[in-house]
Amino acid sequence: MSKIVEGLYYSESHEYVKVEGNVGFIGITDYAQHELGNVVYVDMPEVDDEVSQGEEFGAVESVKAASDLMSPVSGTVVEVNEALEDEPGLINKDAFENWIIKVEISDASELDNLMTAEAYKAFIGE
Amino acid sequence: MADNKRTCLYDKHVQLGALMSPFGGFDMPIQYKGIVEEHNAVRNQVGVFDVSHMGEVEITGPQAEKFVNYIFTNDITDAPLGKIYYGMMLYPDGGTVDDLLVYKVAENDLFLVINAANIDKDVAWINEQAQNFDVKVDHQSDIYGQLAVQGPDSEKTLLDTLKIDATDLVFYTFKKMEYDGETIIVSRTGYTGEDGFEIYASHAAINKMWDLLIEAGVQPCGLGCRDTLRFEVGLPLYGDELTAEISPIMATLSIFVKLDKEDFIGKEACAKQKAEGSAKKLVGLELKDKAIARHGYEVLQGDKVVGYVTTGYRGISVEKSLAFALVDREAGTLGNELMVKIRKKIFPAEVVKKRFYKKSYKK
Repeated sequence: MSKIVEGLYYSESHEYVKVEGNVGFIGITDYAQHELGNVVYVDMPEVDDEVSQGEEFGAVESVKAASDLMSPVSGTVVEVNEALEDEPGLINKDAFENWIIKVEISDASELDNLMTAEAYKAFIGE
Repeated sequence: MADNKRTCLYDKHVQLGALMSPFGGFDMPIQYKGIVEEHNAVRNQVGVFDVSHMGEVEITGPQAEKFVNYIFTNDITDAPLGKIYYGMMLYPDGGTVDDLLVYKVAENDLFLVINAANIDKDVAWINEQAQNFDVKVDHQSDIYGQLAVQGPDSEKTLLDTLKIDATDLVFYTFKKMEYDGETIIVSRTGYTGEDGFEIYASHAAINKMWDLLIEAGVQPCGLGCRDTLRFEVGLPLYGDELTAEISPIMATLSIFVKLDKEDFIGKEACAKQKAEGSAKKLVGLELKDKAIARHGYEVLQGDKVVGYVTTGYRGISVEKSLAFALVDREAGTLGNELMVKIRKKIFPAEVVKKRFYKKSYKK
């Protein structure tokens, strides 16, 4: 049974965004990290890069394959989680604690396109 | 498309909670506990793989040796009984039909082990070539199940858990043994770079041996770590490093192509490639960054595309980003600085030897 955190917004490509003010913490869900297996590399954008809802902004690599990261919201990257550069496996330890990028959200109404925790739970069939 | 085939251990993989995925026309276990843990079990202790998807073909008849020598790149002339040879079957242009093992069972009795994905193609190819020879081609893939027990503790595991004494076998030899009222084949071979054994037996016997090994705590290992293990020690996988377009000369496997023996299919093409140098060459790449070069990614020298990645991983026993790539021969000189395009970015990569990790065979 995957861990799902209440109050976050979820995408169909298994990213989450935790909103604090106008900043969104973006990462992959516990379900996604479990499906991927051992994460060995996270390809992250740079601070000040623009990201768009539903568009690729990086990748998570497991031993076996690379999976694109799709941004759940549009905005500007204000921070990347540098701890993942040395220890990408942190995502396997706790995917919700170990967010990947922080974004200044440009259009809060886009959150309406995402799923609630309850809807995401149903989406992954749990 | 037809449903995937299942090996005789399919239900056991599902019960163990394996992640199942199609491979070579079969639904195969990719991992149980995790690729890294399974990989390390094989490097440091022992692991067991279900490799029942592999195909088996037995060639017998007065011209069996002559025939196999004609379709196979290695030289089995006057081979000692119990010896195993690795090599390829080639098309006339030198492209690879498959890479395989040939077991010398008896005079004019040879047992061929072929890749799962190539079974139909290979059997058709062998039958077609056999028309002018006095041989019998017996396809036995449905009869045999196969286990690979791999790792430094595998000899002891066979003895203690399966009561199979294979201590007398040296690397690349085999013997037939009695087990549970049937004759099985045990060989000191594998695809991991570690000491290990492969066992060919009936579905019932394979199930029994699998249960004994799992009950004894031997780590079940999936095809995920089979690929990382073989990659680190520089072994090719058909479909990646050998294809209908990639000859063994290009794959730098010419040691298995005996150009001094009598004629075989693909000999002339290989001799020409060897003498003139093949246009393409398989090399190892070491990336300076942590990014991972995956199959199909472009390899560049300056602005020019000089090849593509055939396999790439973040190594597990060697903590580096490594790859095999097929590149223009001139670009593939050891020490050359090339680049790999990974998604939108370009990463520097040095041409290095393909053996990233040292093999530990019992020779």
